[in-house]
Amino acid sequence: MDYTVVIAGEAGQGLQTIGGILSKVFARSSFHVFTHQDYMSRIRGGHNFYQIRFSDKPVSSSKSRIDLLVALNRESIEIHKDRLTEYGMVVYDASYVKKTYQGDEFLDVPFESISRELTGSSLMSNTVATASVLGMLGMDLNIYEGIIKESFKKKGEDIIKKNIDASRAGYDYAIKKCLKCRFSVPSGVGRPGLLINGNQAIGLGAIASGCKFYSAYPMTPSTGVMIYIASKAKEYGIVVEQAEDEISAINMALGASFAGVRAMTGTSGGGFALMVEGLSLAGMTETPIVIAEVQRPGPATGLPTRTEQADLLFLLYAGHGEFPRVVFAPGSPEQAFYLTNRAFELAEKYQIPVLILSDQYLADSQWSYEGFDLSEISFTDYRLRGREFQALKQYKRHLLTEDGISPMAVPGEGEHVVVTDSDEHDEDGHIIEDAETRVKMVNKRLKAKMESIRQEISPPLYYGDERAEIVLVGWGSMYGILKETVDVLSSKYPISMMHFSQIYPFPSIKEHDFMERLKMAQKAICIEQNATGQFARYLRSETGFDFDLKINKYDGRPFMLDELIGQIEEII
Amino acid sequence: MSLDRELYKGQTPAWCPGCGNFSILETLKEALSELQIRPHQVTLVSGIGQAGKLPHYMRCNTFNGLHGRTLPVATGIKLANHEMLVIAVAGDGDCYGEGGNHLIHAIRRNINVKLFVHNNQIYGLTKGQSSPTSLQGMVSKTQPFGSLSEPLNPLAMAVALDCSFVARGYAADREYLKYLMKEAINHRGFALLDILQPCVTFNKINTYQWYAERIYRLDDSYNNTDRKLAFETALQWGDRIPTGIIFRNNKAVFEEKIPVLKERPLKNNFNPPEDLQTLLKEFY
Repeated sequence: MDYTVVIAGEAGQGLQTIGGILSKVFARSSFHVFTHQDYMSRIRGGHNFYQIRFSDKPVSSSKSRIDLLVALNRESIEIHKDRLTEYGMVVYDASYVKKTYQGDEFLDVPFESISRELTGSSLMSNTVATASVLGMLGMDLNIYEGIIKESFKKKGEDIIKKNIDASRAGYDYAIKKCLKCRFSVPSGVGRPGLLINGNQAIGLGAIASGCKFYSAYPMTPSTGVMIYIASKAKEYGIVVEQAEDEISAINMALGASFAGVRAMTGTSGGGFALMVEGLSLAGMTETPIVIAEVQRPGPATGLPTRTEQADLLFLLYAGHGEFPRVVFAPGSPEQAFYLTNRAFELAEKYQIPVLILSDQYLADSQWSYEGFDLSEISFTDYRLRGREFQALKQYKRHLLTEDGISPMAVPGEGEHVVVTDSDEHDEDGHIIEDAETRVKMVNKRLKAKMESIRQEISPPLYYGDERAEIVLVGWGSMYGILKETVDVLSSKYPISMMHFSQIYPFPSIKEHDFMERLKMAQKAICIEQNATGQFARYLRSETGFDFDLKINKYDGRPFMLDELIGQIEEII
Repeated sequence: MSLDRELYKGQTPAWCPGCGNFSILETLKEALSELQIRPHQVTLVSGIGQAGKLPHYMRCNTFNGLHGRTLPVATGIKLANHEMLVIAVAGDGDCYGEGGNHLIHAIRRNINVKLFVHNNQIYGLTKGQSSPTSLQGMVSKTQPFGSLSEPLNPLAMAVALDCSFVARGYAADREYLKYLMKEAINHRGFALLDILQPCVTFNKINTYQWYAERIYRLDDSYNNTDRKLAFETALQWGDRIPTGIIFRNNKAVFEEKIPVLKERPLKNNFNPPEDLQTLLKEFY
């Protein structure tokens, strides 16, 4: 069983609510769930859709074909009807869209009039629609009723009852009328699953890592990280500040970090462009910071609500001058959760900026999991506080040490003063201009740290045939689609995936043998969502390896599983 | 009892002899010692320019950051540790030019940060270009036809924004400047203290003599809580230039409105949450 449900309509019609609830019902019914969102940069109107795939086997990408389309307007039917599978169905409200469609695949459920008849208003139309989908699929209504009770708890018994009545009516109507429905959904056997998207996973990872300060300027598609952390701020003792611009956002976070707390900011490409000087400041003052850059297609304003992986080289080289950094690009919400924790640990340990590179596809896609292993989360306080700081005879913020790491004290917790400077400085943190100190500081800040940092970086994840002749190489949000592609194609070819999530510094090729696998492959294909093959270029600059096959997509939309498989089969 | 001023002794300043910055530096040390604020209890945040070097010439916690970005850094520090006295020292180019947007929003927030602006109406470090407060017509190498834009009036702008403390001092009137610094530090809320400071090397118009002929202290009868009067006073410029506390109010302080900071500074609560299961459960 492997079904795709698409909810489509205009912005403002509530398709996110319907999509969100259905995904939750599927996850709670112990199915594997993968969702992605396609929306326009507008508040009302236009055409948006929410795509859900659920299966009794693991899923980590979307398909082109639709098994069940919930059409909230006429345009949605026109746009998506050619995507229906052989037994695919469309459910819609003929009186609302003012057109009746002929054909077995169309099921007219009067969402609005059912809602009106039962409750006196059209407000429950989406409840009717949601329940009718469950009816068509032949699933149980219990889980949905549970969700209604949870989400309307604060609104009172009356609202709960009205929603439950509306859901039952929609459910019964669909069962009675959908004689052509051939869906067969087994009743769940496993445990209810956790459902989380990329932005939430970064936010959750940050809170779990002890992030206490988050300053940002809202920018799609990164705002979800800020919204999640802000929603937990009071409960978990976090200060979240909406800055006047991205320049302020990164500088505030650096101030908070200097003063003794773990701090983070988040943005998308255009906002990150404004942060670049601040990134360099973090490098010079050795102030730990974690930055989430959730990409959207550029240049300039680009396609604000869509996806691309075109900021990789920008992030690797952003900032004037030379300083150490780490760049992670998680491939799934699970990786985003653990890598955000790793980002904080490395930022604090080495007193450097650590960047998390995500994109709209990962940010808004939900994945289901049995759970996250919280024992994998680590926390070490690398700062010098209280008595330990006070007990020092003298203190130098930028003390020259063999490993390049100077003691990082919390100002005010001892009689010593903590001094740092964006100018080149001496061990005390005071401005200097002499050549000798300059060289010592660069060696300490950059060279001494860089080799140890490289040791912290894990090799790429290898998945599939150990003796693969075809190796699919990708990074960041390509993980899910490449993994499933390998699953599908492995019955036909000796194929595997090599996925990079720890991007910079490049994993040591002296200590790991992943490059041998690439060299041995007859066909190595680098698959990325950008026009110029930025990762392929980066890998070549680090290893000399040249990809002869590349697949690049830059239309702002994610790869569909069948689409990518088609493209791969065409070139191998 | 004042603290020993030797406590604040820093590096030898590299400013030009006669620079107005010397008296600002010495006055600040005096103000801190009289208020008994020890070096580790204060953080100076500075940017770039001659004013930006001030923290190096005394002993205190210091974040000498980027040009124009003093206020965001100071805001971050204050939010992470609201028990720390945080003073941003900036120049007119730094704070009224490069970082103008941050000033507007720091005033809006009313974060309890003190901003001391060394306003010499010229760019010193880059050797003599006009600044946002240069008088119209001031000729420089980059403005051969004279500065064409009108000078910014930071005090009138601050009063218009209902800034909770607006004052002007003069570098050569040290006794009064010390009083203004102490008042600014003791004020609860954001405080802007604009300090007129002659640049002896590059500014040949606004000299010590030019100021001496114009500067006067606001007298005790001046009502600094009257916003309309404050706006009028802030607009005074030319033959007579007022110094003193031009405007003050007692509106709520930003960090006091944040529930998380009610009990203790954020930095004291640095450990990650113990109960992560509750957070995870919401995703099921």
